[in-house]
Amino acid sequence: MGTTLAEKVWADHLVRQGQDGAPDLIYIDLQLMHEVTSPQAFEGLRAAHRQLRRPELTIATEDHNTPTVNIDMPIADKTSALQISTLESNCKEFGVRLHALGDADQGIVHQVGPQLGLTQPGMTVVCGDSHTSTHGAFGALAFGIGTSEVEHVMATQTLSLKPFKTMAINVEGDLPAGVTAKDIVLAIIAKIGTGGGQGHVIEYRGKAIHQLSMEARMTICNMSIEAGARAGMISPDQITYDYLKGRPHAPEGEMWDRAVEYWKTLQTDDDAVFDKEVTLNAEELAPFVTWGTNPGQGLPINAQVPVPERITDESKRRAAASAIAYMGLQPGMSIKDIPVDTVFIGSCTNGRIEDLRAAASVMKGRHKAKSIHRVLVVPASSRVRLQAESEGLDKVFEAFGAEWRNAGCSMCLGMNPDKMVPGERAISTSNRNFEGRQGKGSRTHLASPLVAAATAVRGTISSPTDL
Amino acid sequence: MCEFAATAAQSVSQCGQRCGEGSVTGMEKLNVITGVGVPLRRSNVDTDQIIPAVFLKRVSKSGFEDALFYAWRRDPAFALNQKEYASGQILVTGSDFGIGSSREHAVWALHDYGFRVVIAPRFADIFYGNAAKNGVLAAIMPQESIELLWKLLEEEPGRSITVDLQERTATCGDVTLPFDVDDYTRWRLMNGFDDIDLTLQHEEDITAFEKRRAERFPFKPKTIPARHLPSEPITSAREEQDNWPGPLSARA
Repeated sequence: MGTTLAEKVWADHLVRQGQDGAPDLIYIDLQLMHEVTSPQAFEGLRAAHRQLRRPELTIATEDHNTPTVNIDMPIADKTSALQISTLESNCKEFGVRLHALGDADQGIVHQVGPQLGLTQPGMTVVCGDSHTSTHGAFGALAFGIGTSEVEHVMATQTLSLKPFKTMAINVEGDLPAGVTAKDIVLAIIAKIGTGGGQGHVIEYRGKAIHQLSMEARMTICNMSIEAGARAGMISPDQITYDYLKGRPHAPEGEMWDRAVEYWKTLQTDDDAVFDKEVTLNAEELAPFVTWGTNPGQGLPINAQVPVPERITDESKRRAAASAIAYMGLQPGMSIKDIPVDTVFIGSCTNGRIEDLRAAASVMKGRHKAKSIHRVLVVPASSRVRLQAESEGLDKVFEAFGAEWRNAGCSMCLGMNPDKMVPGERAISTSNRNFEGRQGKGSRTHLASPLVAAATAVRGTISSPTDL
Repeated sequence: MCEFAATAAQSVSQCGQRCGEGSVTGMEKLNVITGVGVPLRRSNVDTDQIIPAVFLKRVSKSGFEDALFYAWRRDPAFALNQKEYASGQILVTGSDFGIGSSREHAVWALHDYGFRVVIAPRFADIFYGNAAKNGVLAAIMPQESIELLWKLLEEEPGRSITVDLQERTATCGDVTLPFDVDDYTRWRLMNGFDDIDLTLQHEEDITAFEKRRAERFPFKPKTIPARHLPSEPITSAREEQDNWPGPLSARA
């Protein structure tokens, strides 16, 4: 019997096979770091008098706490400033390369790896951050870990893990115009639930997936964790190689040829069997928006907010009622009748150049609605910011009345000053609509950059076809 | 003897030589625990609810007890605000507990508050792994058992549950319910073993793998030295001021 892509990558990293229920020992090719989940791991290493085993397989950047304005001034929040200065001193002490605030390669860790060409097919990539699944878009096995595991990788360059189960999600057919990667992944999570992928590595397959650009693939793999999966992967193809070619850390010359030869073997065999399989028809998909307080509570944009009394499953009914109350919605109201205060375009899900181009294509020649408080446009990295400026997108955003910011995680989780006040409602291109995620009492609707931009034009949840 | 039991024996003897008396690390052992059970009738409890991001700015690993369920604890009706449940050690909750962010702070907050066991029908993978690394048991029980425990704990708030890791059972009054935990996690929790110590016993395997890796995959990237990175100046954005009258919801 053949093996799946995930199983092939696992096998190529097997340091030691566990027996009688003990986990395998898996080698890690790249550990990414940021300031939030690393300080306690460095402290543990120091306390045990251990070294960082492979600094050359480690890279750090600052993203969660970094302000998106006034980056040329000291960080006002003392605890944020301490966390960032702690990362800087730890990197210095242990010899880790760091892209600090102000560096052209600073940005959200899940953009920094790919843009430098450090994320490549067939690698194992980890980070103390659940959205590490993003890197699976390259055919890497990439997953988020806790701080204890960060320390474990620092000390041993390995992880002790039980093999993951495998799951295929086939997205067949052609994607309709105006429907994006974000809509595909929100539809998948709504279908299988926030725990649907638990214990599994998802491989996204099918025509609609392989037609997508690398950035769109990253959007899909990024939100695998919102379906509860350990990781999401897409087998590498010509689109992957074209993205990588010429990037700073991509192989060159003869090494490039050897790499591509290996990458081409990273395909699920025809006779491989997945533990679970789900199929969606891309042609039936529409722009998707969440109405509730977890990413599985989403619907097509033309739908109505659910009526809890009509939900038969007790636990789902309770969850829906509680979400509708928190979100301040009326059961049965049209999603398109929901007015928002704030529009957030950014994050490791949708803060890349193609996302900014999509938003700008809707905003061009228009102005934000009077009722909209603010439109924040936050590039995923400083490099993305430079690219957008070279294309004149910053001018489009400014003319629209949006704020063009510096790079970072920003309002996705509000660890920096970009957060909402209680009762404030956003349409957000980020990945989580949990209670209070974007600031205490904040209300979040997740959507694509196209829907977010169209909503900014009309003031109520809209898609570009409504304009 | 199974492989990891043999590893354990070796681990203890090695540690004996290296650090004298005592176990491999300071992770607390968990065997049998009796403590107040707290019913949390919710599914999909994400780690942003367990501890909001604002508390992740610290660089220490302790003192997170006040941050636990920070938003919900502002509500006087929340379980932990009832005096009977306030000293809870065993949390009984709905499915998909610990979804979302990988923040280990969620486990630190539960642990610092006093919780040593969380019982749910299903856990998010990262949370499950993080719990075991901090001496916290994530015990898996079917929804029907959870419903029964909720009923018992709500009928008589402050009731204790006894969790026996050896037997894989939770007992509340005269009701004893089985739970699932994988053998390896159970063994590590019962012995308080640390993963890094266990892994470092396989140092030779790691070194041998690194040799094979260098031969087979010479094209894999290294972060150091950095390669041809242009340094470009990044302009600083400035905040725009406006006179916002507050959220639409507050004005309606």
